[in-house]
Amino acid sequence: MTTTGLQRMNFWGGVITALTVLLALLWAFPLYWGVISSLKPENEVVRPHIELWPENLTFSHYYTAIFDTQIVTWYINSIAVAVGVTVITIVTSMLSGYALSQLQFPGRKALWWLILASFMVPTQALIINHFVLIAQLGLINTWAGIMLPQLIHPVIIIVYKQFFDQVPKDFREAAVMDNAGEFRILFKVYLPMNWGVTTALSIVTFIWTWNAFLWPFLSVTRTEMMTVPVGITQVNDAFGVFYARQLATAVLAGLPVALAYLLFQRKVTEAITLSAGIKG
Amino acid sequence: MLTNRRKDAWIAAVLVAPFLAIYLLVFVWPTIQMFGISFTNAPLIGSGDWVGTENYERLASDPRFRTAAWNTAYFVILTVLPGTVVALLIALGVARLKGRLQSGILALFFLPYVLPVSVVYLIWDWVLNFQFGILMHVLDLFGMDRIPIMKTREWFMPAVGVVTIWWTAGFSILLFLAGLRSIPPEIYEAAALDNAGRWTTFRRITWPLLWPVTSLVFTIQLIAQLKIFDQVYLFSQGGRPNDNMVLVYYVFQRAFQQDQGGRAAAVAVTLFVLVVVVSVLQFQLLRLAGGRK
Repeated sequence: MTTTGLQRMNFWGGVITALTVLLALLWAFPLYWGVISSLKPENEVVRPHIELWPENLTFSHYYTAIFDTQIVTWYINSIAVAVGVTVITIVTSMLSGYALSQLQFPGRKALWWLILASFMVPTQALIINHFVLIAQLGLINTWAGIMLPQLIHPVIIIVYKQFFDQVPKDFREAAVMDNAGEFRILFKVYLPMNWGVTTALSIVTFIWTWNAFLWPFLSVTRTEMMTVPVGITQVNDAFGVFYARQLATAVLAGLPVALAYLLFQRKVTEAITLSAGIKG
Repeated sequence: MLTNRRKDAWIAAVLVAPFLAIYLLVFVWPTIQMFGISFTNAPLIGSGDWVGTENYERLASDPRFRTAAWNTAYFVILTVLPGTVVALLIALGVARLKGRLQSGILALFFLPYVLPVSVVYLIWDWVLNFQFGILMHVLDLFGMDRIPIMKTREWFMPAVGVVTIWWTAGFSILLFLAGLRSIPPEIYEAAALDNAGRWTTFRRITWPLLWPVTSLVFTIQLIAQLKIFDQVYLFSQGGRPNDNMVLVYYVFQRAFQQDQGGRAAAVAVTLFVLVVVVSVLQFQLLRLAGGRK
């Protein structure tokens, strides 16, 4: 390659890099703007020009959000529901993923088809009958009622099955020779090999459940049973229009999942690519 | 051998039982029920009389259903292809970066994806606020007229489309990056030796090798956007929900606001069939494209 050709390539490469960085900053700007507005006094956010930094920085909206709304109660509901869904989904999916991968049993094919079928079905279409079911069980306005229809995560079983499939057969044969029971093999041999996947899948299941809107919105009618994402849309009605205060509740609502992502960036990336069927 | 197999079956039954119990209760049973009540005039809670295919026949001449179907299709057009292209371009840019800078820049693009929809709604509702929104200040700077975006019929769907792409692009970018990483660097080195330009390299190497991921991203988004509800519902508050109607919203309105379980179920079945057909097509296409499981 001639020097000028190389130089031209480097020049355009630099331009592309600069544009990417610029776009990233622009992309994240609404997040910055939301956070920064929540730190301004109400009279500053409504000023008729752009101020990128608060003149009087204040945390008072966070104080009112925490003490004058029910956000703490919503936090407790959200944590209970998200932890519950995550634990139940991971455990049941791991157990059935193991059975599908390692054991021969009648109905194995049918079970696999059921999982693939549920993969394709839109749960949004089932809201009417989920509501009927949860109402019949008397679980409207309960944690169990919010959790139950959210336990359909077929992709997690598929990921587990694929991971168990990849474990060399020798491990299993050696364990069977030692007369180890199936549960022992699963928990002492297979699970430790897949801890990384288990944590990654748990983190994204937690994030997905924390963020769920439609079902928690339908299955709860009492304010004190709402999850955070549903509850914060109610603050509006209670307050009239206080923009900064509303944004403070939004920041509080997004904080746990944003932190989960920033702390476990690698794990989240791994789980997302795995769940889409791409081996990262 | 025989006893072993029997033992296997027992253990499998124990392992699978909790999962199966949950799926029968919250997946199989509600699905059967949905088809069942779509042929009745049942309210949301309680039983109704058999009305045959009446609920479905009414959909054909129902203007609100037509609006919902049209808006859903419009939203798909606004988000799926543009979302894929935007994510691909960003991924190509991010892939050039190295180390800490790359993960930092990726985090900026990905962060919106991990936020709840209502947080996304509150932030953008503030950005687009007619009186105090920063975007309106920007319009003022350029001497343009302010627009009450989410209250204007023509602007609503495109604006929700932009917000949705902003919110979800991180997911597609991740998939594209994984795809780009799996292209062996030797191929690019060989192309550089042949004096191939940037565009030729992209067209002849990157694009064809990335195609399986591109089609995956495209179809995942297609299926996701057919099920649009949350953003449309939230941004329609205090606006014009009936003009902005989409299919899931219509199911919600009929069932939960008008207490017509049977008629709502007919809409739900339509959506159900639509998504299943698209998913099956996707499944077959991906199979044909190269046996990606």
